[in-house]
Amino acid sequence: MRTNKYVLWGMTKSTLIHVFLMSVAMTCLFPIFWMIRCAFMTNDTVFVDKALIPHHLNFGNFATAWTQGNFAVYFLNSVIYTVCVVGGIVLISSLAAYSFSRLKFPGKNIIFYLFVAAMMIPLPGSFVALFVLMTKLHLVNTRFGYILCMINVGLSMSILLFKTFFDKMPPELEDAARIDGCTKLGIWWNMAMPFARPAIAVIVIFNSLNVWNEYILATLLLEDSKLMPLQRGLVVFQGANSTDYPVLMAGLTMAAIPIIVVYLAMQKHIVKGLSSGEVLG
Amino acid sequence: MRKFLTLCSCLIFLALAGCSQPPEPSNKLLLWHWMTDRNDTFQKFAQEYQKETGKEVTIQLFAPSDSYSQKIIAAAQANVLPDIYGILDKKSIVADFIKADLVADLTKDMEADGGKWENSLFDKALADRRFDAGNTYGVAPGIYGVPIDVTNEQILYNKKLLAKAGIKAPPQTFDEFVKDAQALKRVGITPFVSGWGELWLLDCFASNYAFNIMGEEKIFDTYRGKVKYTDPDWIKVFSIFAELRDKGVLMDGIVTKGNKYAEQDFALERAAFTFNGSWCVNVYHDMNPDLDYAVIPPPPISTAYPLKIWGSAGSTFVVNASSPNKNSAIAFLKWLTAKEQQVALARETNNLPSNKEALAGVSPILEEFAKGMDQSTHPNIWPLNEDPSVSEAFDKGIQDIIIGEKTPEQVAEEVQKAKDLQMAKGNH
Amino acid sequence: MNKKFKAAAIFKDNLQNFLFVLPAFAIFCIFYIYPFYKMIHLSFYDWRGIGPMHFIGLSNYKELMGDSLWWDSIWHAGYITLIALTFQNALAFALALACDREIRMKRFYRVIFFIPPVLSEVVVGLIWNWILNPETQNGSYIGLLNHFLFTSGLPQMVHDWLGDPKTALTTIAIVHSWKGFGWGFIMFLAGLQTIDKQLYEAARVDGAGTWKTFMNVTIPMMLPVILVVMILTILGSMQVFVLIIAMVNEGLVNYTDVPVTRIFSAMQSTDRFGYACAEAVIFGLILVGISFITKRLSDKAKQV
Repeated sequence: MRTNKYVLWGMTKSTLIHVFLMSVAMTCLFPIFWMIRCAFMTNDTVFVDKALIPHHLNFGNFATAWTQGNFAVYFLNSVIYTVCVVGGIVLISSLAAYSFSRLKFPGKNIIFYLFVAAMMIPLPGSFVALFVLMTKLHLVNTRFGYILCMINVGLSMSILLFKTFFDKMPPELEDAARIDGCTKLGIWWNMAMPFARPAIAVIVIFNSLNVWNEYILATLLLEDSKLMPLQRGLVVFQGANSTDYPVLMAGLTMAAIPIIVVYLAMQKHIVKGLSSGEVLG
Repeated sequence: MRKFLTLCSCLIFLALAGCSQPPEPSNKLLLWHWMTDRNDTFQKFAQEYQKETGKEVTIQLFAPSDSYSQKIIAAAQANVLPDIYGILDKKSIVADFIKADLVADLTKDMEADGGKWENSLFDKALADRRFDAGNTYGVAPGIYGVPIDVTNEQILYNKKLLAKAGIKAPPQTFDEFVKDAQALKRVGITPFVSGWGELWLLDCFASNYAFNIMGEEKIFDTYRGKVKYTDPDWIKVFSIFAELRDKGVLMDGIVTKGNKYAEQDFALERAAFTFNGSWCVNVYHDMNPDLDYAVIPPPPISTAYPLKIWGSAGSTFVVNASSPNKNSAIAFLKWLTAKEQQVALARETNNLPSNKEALAGVSPILEEFAKGMDQSTHPNIWPLNEDPSVSEAFDKGIQDIIIGEKTPEQVAEEVQKAKDLQMAKGNH
Repeated sequence: MNKKFKAAAIFKDNLQNFLFVLPAFAIFCIFYIYPFYKMIHLSFYDWRGIGPMHFIGLSNYKELMGDSLWWDSIWHAGYITLIALTFQNALAFALALACDREIRMKRFYRVIFFIPPVLSEVVVGLIWNWILNPETQNGSYIGLLNHFLFTSGLPQMVHDWLGDPKTALTTIAIVHSWKGFGWGFIMFLAGLQTIDKQLYEAARVDGAGTWKTFMNVTIPMMLPVILVVMILTILGSMQVFVLIIAMVNEGLVNYTDVPVTRIFSAMQSTDRFGYACAEAVIFGLILVGISFITKRLSDKAKQV
């Protein structure tokens, strides 16, 4: 009897949890379903046809979005920017965060708090100063200039997150490695980075999304349309006055796919995190 | 080893990415614009132009317009503006650009051959970038821009919905308008929608009636600080919105509505009247090709003064004064506003052309809009403008009336307070 | 050991340690410090973005102190942040806990919960404008929420959620929380993963129940992550604005203004770059202050 009651309670509990999870999941799924649904309609039916599955499916929007939005070029650009910026951020910020967390040098705390404070202070009107600076450095209308600026954007937050994870790293791990003759760089790469794998995953996702959706800096710093990122293609469908919603939705759907792929690839590391750390420990 | 490889590949990536573009040679022209809907047509024009003249025009699009404005301001500071660009800002900012020697004076070219170029364009459109002798901005008199289209804002009505409510003719006066709205409400139709979440559109509607109620001299005297916003005439302007609210004329949520959403509402026949600019013809056509509608100027509330609507250049290009290609830039703009190109532009994008001769080929509804140009005015052609912070208090005050948080009298007091603050600052 | 040699070794060590920070510090100095310096500089000027600059000393700051719209906007952002800190983070934490345990379809949930942050603001704006639409057409409600309330027998609850100053801000805060909880979710999940499972074992061996384990193992181990999530939530929520523009355009009069929209409107509609910069400086100071207090509080919590 006792066990029965226990099992019953367990089942109710798990049902309740599932109901809770499901209802939240529904609210998340609805917009994406709506977006995809709109991508198959035409501009004069998109707000009229109320049926769950539109009466008339229009498959042409994706092709239109791809060619009209010049996606072939912009997609590749966005991939380059995302890979470079995210790679740069992970390397640079993890090095800095490791030093902030584990190493000593004078002025360490001041510099760390500078980074954190930088995250807090918005810089409106900085676009003028930034543009003038970039012009002087001959970095306007170059990929390199844009990449450096975007690395700067993601740096503070990533350093903070990395440091939080490095702080949690058990000191024994490090000591053992040091006795084995590992250099500081070696400890950073072989101990700290695997330990912070979930943090890396979060940082990769966060910054990928940021770079992938970035548009304002790109408009400011880039001129040649051959260098423009994906969002430039999407803007074309949102005319100053008229918006072609179905084509826009088709474009947005295609633009969302790579980010979801990145997330799928990364979320495994968020969850698997500890196992590799344990092995090394 | 893995670390080393990763680092290397990253560095190579960065180095590859770092190849920079050479600066522009001077036998080419560079144009920056913000008009997403016209980009394809512009690119086509550029190709045609190259075939005709051998000159290469590079056309670069930066959108949305907020980003474009930022880019122009930043490029002006760094002194790297292109040969041809546009300034999407108030006339006072345009004046600052001119005074900083960033915009060329086109008067001579406009007046050449007995004013051939100048006369081919709508006068109201040119006025947008024309500075008269003795203007308050301190700019040398002249014409500083080339309009490529014109636009104005009027009231549109849905013929089918009006007929449903038994209304035979569109309203001629404001009272008739309110009465018609009541009739529409009785049959369950929302009378009026507009994108009044965008302050400029609301400002435009209010100023139409201000002209009608007190005439332009009194309005300008208010801007000069000689007439107060608590004047009965201004209270009357504010009261229009209280009346529209009390009689249930306005669609719910109108003060948070962007124009795009308002356009959707009108196109989907959720409201019988709307207030919008002439570009809407294209928008409605895209969303609901069967929409049967017509244009009227806002029905006047008073007979004291003529009601004016806003109308002027829709988009205007200027020429960079310090560009070595100034003359070829002017030649290109002349070509762009010639009849043939203007007809093509009007046809492709359903906008009113700035060239008068190109008007012959536009759709009937655009022709209706064009008639409004005769009674149009615009802040850009007024001798002076209200301080932006007072305008903001004015527009947001009207929103407050519409959502029923404040009375016209309260708003008048507050706007006057903002005005007093501004006047006190100016006296320093 | 030789003192000189020791000092040199320490110096070398410090230098080495600093080299780790150098790339970040260099980029930071070039791309942040200069624009930052420019911003502080501009805040003492009256400038329209172009044309002459007039030095006016502290006038911008003085005016800002008495600008009630500005302080209202700080309060609005604070209100949104409070809701995000409580509602959004509680939701994220609960979901992360649920997905951390052995539960069916947890992979599915992990993917789904991250959809809102990935969605474009355009889609979010369109969807929520539709859901919250207060209008009727042919006698039925266009907006999903009002339609649902009406048909499920709650017609007295039907409301213009975004058009009423009393509910607009809360509505925005809830949509903002919905858009943002995915971030908290993955960070909490990542944090939960790094907790050594042996600690749970030990607690169970000691006879601690679920609640006790949660309070004595999970919470203390999660404190640093909770702190980071809180700081990021504060930053994200205090600086919210794209969503507000997507939902209510230039705002419901001044009832939905937040600091960033005020800064933008100072820059764009009234052309006061100097004033916008002064606003940004004050706003930055407030954010630094709040984050500092948050950190202090969490340090206290750690000691307890």
